[in-house]
Amino acid sequence: MNAVTPIAPAAALSGPALQTVGMTKVFGGFTALDDLSIDVKAGSFHALLGENGAGKSTLVKCIMGFYTPTKGSVLLDGQEKTIRSPRDARDLGIGMVYQQFTLVPCLTAAENLVISRADAPAIFDWKKEKPRLDEFMDKMPFRVRLNEQVSSLSAGEKQKLEILKLLYLEQRFMILDEPTSVLTPGEADEVLGLLGEMARRGEVTVLMISHKFREVKAFCDSFSVLRRGKLTGGGDAQAASVAEMSRMMIGDTEVRDRAERRKHNDTRAVLDLAGLCAEDSEGRTVVNALNLKVNAGEIVGIAGVSGNGQSALVELLAGQKEIKDGGIFIHGKPFEPKRKDFDRFKVFGLPEEPLKNATVPRMSVAENIAFRSYDKPPIASLGWWLPPGPMRKKAEELIDKYRVKTTSPDSPIESLSGGNVQRAVLARELSGDVDVLIVANPCFGLDFASVAEIRSQIMEQRNRGAAVLLVSEDLDEILELSDRVAVMSGGAINYVSPIDATDRNTIGQHMAGH
Amino acid sequence: MSDSSLFIVLIAMVGGAIRVSTPFMFVALGECLTEKSGRINLGLEGNLVLGAMVAYAGSYTTGSPWLGVLFAGLSGLVLGAMHGYICKLPKVNDIAVGIAFMSFGTGLAFFFGKPYIQPTAPRLEAIPLGWWSSNPSIEQALQVNPLFLVGIALAVFMSWALANTRWGLIVRMTGDSAASARAMGVSIDLVRLLATAAGGFLSGIGGAFLSLYYPGSWNEGLSSGQGLMAVALVIFARWDPIRCVYAALLFGAAGAIGPSLQSVGISQGYYFFNAAPYILTLFIMIASARSKSAAREAPGELSIVK
Repeated sequence: MNAVTPIAPAAALSGPALQTVGMTKVFGGFTALDDLSIDVKAGSFHALLGENGAGKSTLVKCIMGFYTPTKGSVLLDGQEKTIRSPRDARDLGIGMVYQQFTLVPCLTAAENLVISRADAPAIFDWKKEKPRLDEFMDKMPFRVRLNEQVSSLSAGEKQKLEILKLLYLEQRFMILDEPTSVLTPGEADEVLGLLGEMARRGEVTVLMISHKFREVKAFCDSFSVLRRGKLTGGGDAQAASVAEMSRMMIGDTEVRDRAERRKHNDTRAVLDLAGLCAEDSEGRTVVNALNLKVNAGEIVGIAGVSGNGQSALVELLAGQKEIKDGGIFIHGKPFEPKRKDFDRFKVFGLPEEPLKNATVPRMSVAENIAFRSYDKPPIASLGWWLPPGPMRKKAEELIDKYRVKTTSPDSPIESLSGGNVQRAVLARELSGDVDVLIVANPCFGLDFASVAEIRSQIMEQRNRGAAVLLVSEDLDEILELSDRVAVMSGGAINYVSPIDATDRNTIGQHMAGH
Repeated sequence: MSDSSLFIVLIAMVGGAIRVSTPFMFVALGECLTEKSGRINLGLEGNLVLGAMVAYAGSYTTGSPWLGVLFAGLSGLVLGAMHGYICKLPKVNDIAVGIAFMSFGTGLAFFFGKPYIQPTAPRLEAIPLGWWSSNPSIEQALQVNPLFLVGIALAVFMSWALANTRWGLIVRMTGDSAASARAMGVSIDLVRLLATAAGGFLSGIGGAFLSLYYPGSWNEGLSSGQGLMAVALVIFARWDPIRCVYAALLFGAAGAIGPSLQSVGISQGYYFFNAAPYILTLFIMIASARSKSAAREAPGELSIVK
């Protein structure tokens, strides 16, 4: 085994062209990919668009060798290649940055790079490796602290390191799976901009899975759209309009009109978070003296790069996490996140990942819908006896009203699709009288129709006078729904502004902690 | 207690630490390697007892205690490999399998070990490192078994190898993030199988020390849970081989409190002091469960961490 691999200068290698021909993948009776042919030209920055479940991940997993396609082939620079495993893909110079980081948290950045090499030496001579890594870094468009443990790098640095790793391994065909979801808008623009330049110089070819039209328009030169496993369109990303792209993505599905924002003069403060503090399970402060007020009939959107304490904040409000210091007040009275106070103050919530945080997956839809009301009449008699009739009847009403698609109220809620789980939770949380609503990433991973519907429901609650706290990693969602924006960084709110007095750039700068 | 008897107690505890710690050290290093790869083998008590039996039988039959040590290691290797293989089957819980293997190993040892309770097998020789002293209790305390030194060398080697070799990095990677390892084309099951087998090998050697050096005979009450305590010790040592050695010495010294107090004529609370390692285990478990930094250093894939 050769311990010393010469690292070729970046310009000596070029990004290859890749085509899929008649790619078909059948899982059991379900056709995930249906005769799909896409063409990514050498040195292009190609966007792969599609809703969740459209087949984007299946396609790239077939290219990467995780799945064996039922039919079809992959051509690299015009030659047919058989890719049976991720290792084959790696040997052909195809690399992927996954949505979840694949860096090893306990190793340093340098160790992560060196161990990823196919010819990693049996014994590392760090005295030799370090200068060679430095030399490699000098040629790279962005920099990462190499001697730092990966677990202490920021999300942006990790993402950069993932991309550096592909370049280090000389993988010049890069597949990026929603690479910017963990980055601030500034970081996203930096990373995509630099990759775009490398692609234009022909050094790499990039295939990027995305659902952010803004990024596609700003950085990509070509695109393909998938829907239900089929190619529904594609072409020049600069020539096509956003409306055209989104029509290719959603097809003829009817999308509900957005509820309108009604003006009102109600400015009573309802929810008051005063100096909230919380720690994670390892004792690190995740929410640090957070102050925020939410008024009646107002949506306050909390923006921030994921991992800045937003989920901890939602857990605090939902009673899933212990409040270390500070207090929550509703209408000026102390609120303790317990069932009794949820009822008394009419506090409801749509937590992120509802299947995990708001339901018991194996219990039935009817039971899950009854979680707020099972101990009160009409469902409970004498406060403890739950005859099946009333619970089922109420569930049937709500399933109908909120258009939850389920085979029966008795099927386990885990058998429902993501959008329908979220609708069932909405039905449970919003069917009563709501004073305070806490919402976290409500539309994550949902299709267009569900997104529109859920956003309208949230807006309706606001119009009815509820104080709404919306925590979201999707800045577009916040810009669309909020009356005021607050930016969370390092566990505290460092910026609050009415929506019409701010813009994406200002918010982005505060998200980065400036 | 006068100064001289305090001195005797301390020397006896040092000697005890050196003597008693060796099996702790081997089991803990083995478990440390296994846990670094992301799997827990609670069955090392079984490896220890079976290793003790096989070493004794091997030494008795071949006349060479070192061959006995090798056989003990191999018996542990087989048990460890079986654990590793069974755990790679879908939906198998490594903790439950470990408990089964604990009973399986001790059961095997008792079944095959009956004929070896009576005979006397050749024992391992100690190296007299106390030759420079004229004090008999120092000389006695510094009778060091070569396995003790091997254990320390092994800990140093492991700690170097985990940071500086490809294999070390692969083991840490598998233990900390299975997804990354898989994405890098590493076979997680194979890494864990090998790490569990190697851990089993080391525990078997720890068992050989019990029957061939101290206490130095084979009987069914030989181990009294040292294999289990060593597993707790890995948590205490926060998955660091060097700290495993310190922790083993601490446990050894705790185990030597009773006998060394007795040697200066204090016999009140003898049984209480003999229970010291067990009480220590209990407190260490409580303390480390509360320790937040221990949680940070735990390999991310361990089923107790998830």
